[in-house]
Amino acid sequence: MSTIEERVKKIVAEQLGVKEEEIQNSSSFVEDLGADSLDTVELVMALEEEFETEIPDEEAEKITTVQEAVDYVNAHQ
Amino acid sequence: MSRRRVVVTGMGLVTPLGNNLDESWKGILAGQSGVAPIENFDATAFSTRFGAQVKNFNVEDYMSVKDARKMDTFIQYGMAAAIQAIENSGLECNEENADRIGCAIGSGIGGLPMIEKNHDALNKGGPRKVSPFFVPGSIINMISGNLAIRYGYKGPNIAITTACTTGTHNIGYSARTIAYGDADVMVCGGAECASTPLGVAGFAAARALSTRNDDPVAASRPWDKDRDGFVLGDGAGVLVLEEYEHAKARGATIYAELSGFGMSDDAYHMTLPPSEGTGAAAAMRNAIKDSGLNPDQIDYINAHGTSTPAGDVAESKAVESVLGAASKQVAVSSTKSMIGHLLGAAGAVEAVFSVLAIRDQVAPPTINLDNPDEACTLDYVPHEARQMEVKHSLSNSFGFGGTNGSLIFSKV
Repeated sequence: MSTIEERVKKIVAEQLGVKEEEIQNSSSFVEDLGADSLDTVELVMALEEEFETEIPDEEAEKITTVQEAVDYVNAHQ
Repeated sequence: MSRRRVVVTGMGLVTPLGNNLDESWKGILAGQSGVAPIENFDATAFSTRFGAQVKNFNVEDYMSVKDARKMDTFIQYGMAAAIQAIENSGLECNEENADRIGCAIGSGIGGLPMIEKNHDALNKGGPRKVSPFFVPGSIINMISGNLAIRYGYKGPNIAITTACTTGTHNIGYSARTIAYGDADVMVCGGAECASTPLGVAGFAAARALSTRNDDPVAASRPWDKDRDGFVLGDGAGVLVLEEYEHAKARGATIYAELSGFGMSDDAYHMTLPPSEGTGAAAAMRNAIKDSGLNPDQIDYINAHGTSTPAGDVAESKAVESVLGAASKQVAVSSTKSMIGHLLGAAGAVEAVFSVLAIRDQVAPPTINLDNPDEACTLDYVPHEARQMEVKHSLSNSFGFGGTNGSLIFSKV
């Protein structure tokens, strides 16, 4: 069973077209991983799908790094 | 002011016979069929269960998977054909010429796969499940848009959509844009991927498609007595058009001159042509007038020839009325007999074939023409390609809404 961190990184890699080994916990989707505003919307949708949760828009806006995504999922599991 | 001349300096194709120019053209000259049973969805319940789809297309030859996910299939095909055409032309974009290079690549239908997928997501999961890339990934002008972003082309950027005349109109418009001086180079054509459940069901409901399910390869049979509708096809065709002196100055290979363009409308019926093909004839006449040629100088016509009962007769009569006695000499063929009807891409793919007919001095065949309809009396180049002198070729496209377009290419 993969950890939440591993699952988040896998989705980030798929959605943003980057290699998993290039993704750090501190990586910012926009600044480090080349995402634009539309990419981040779709990334949040993919996270919702993976973790069977709904992330409200005002919460989604605060998720800008891998660690923030992991923290959100941990807090809402 | 004398009119600026326009020439073809690059071409690219994605067709049911091959995913590049050489493979597609080789298949055409060999009289091969790209028609086969539908495999990308379960067509069991459909009255037509075959089509002319693109096979083994690898989008990663042209872009990253991440970018490809944001483009519906017709955009991917259009980008592939355009990238091939641009590479074929050797055209480089820099700060000095960027404003003088434009794009005009359309589609008849647009992004049906993404529309279907996102509509399903909406129905199942509500509005939050609709992708942020649904709109920019499926709208028709996004081949032109994505090409401009990729190469830095800052000139005119447009996508004309006129059903099955789309490709022809985008090319003709591009030629005018160059002739008028608004651009020196235009990357132009059409792309389509409407072989989806919604697309096939829609054309089947309009009674437009062949239902020859027991023998798909024989289904597209323009001017044959037993024709029963067209075969839906996918793919893309793109040309690089360039002002003649501009092409010469950079030492580009010139494949042909685009010497004439004409348009008209039937003003008659949504989907049917008038029986005498008067609208089609008007488009051909306008193109011939534009080229300054005499009608009897046309050596080869790449017909619209869709294999529909009404359309094939109307086009034949139109050719007779425009060419008069010369209609007995002209070679007329329908490459749709091999690749089906690519809708918005058809005119562009067929324009490429019309240019290649001049380059290689050959008329492509019409396959499956076993028993010509008595009302169709032209020389349709049945079964086999024919080596012949081709100085001037004409390509026809006619679309729903009665919209017609004809292009003429000439040997330089």
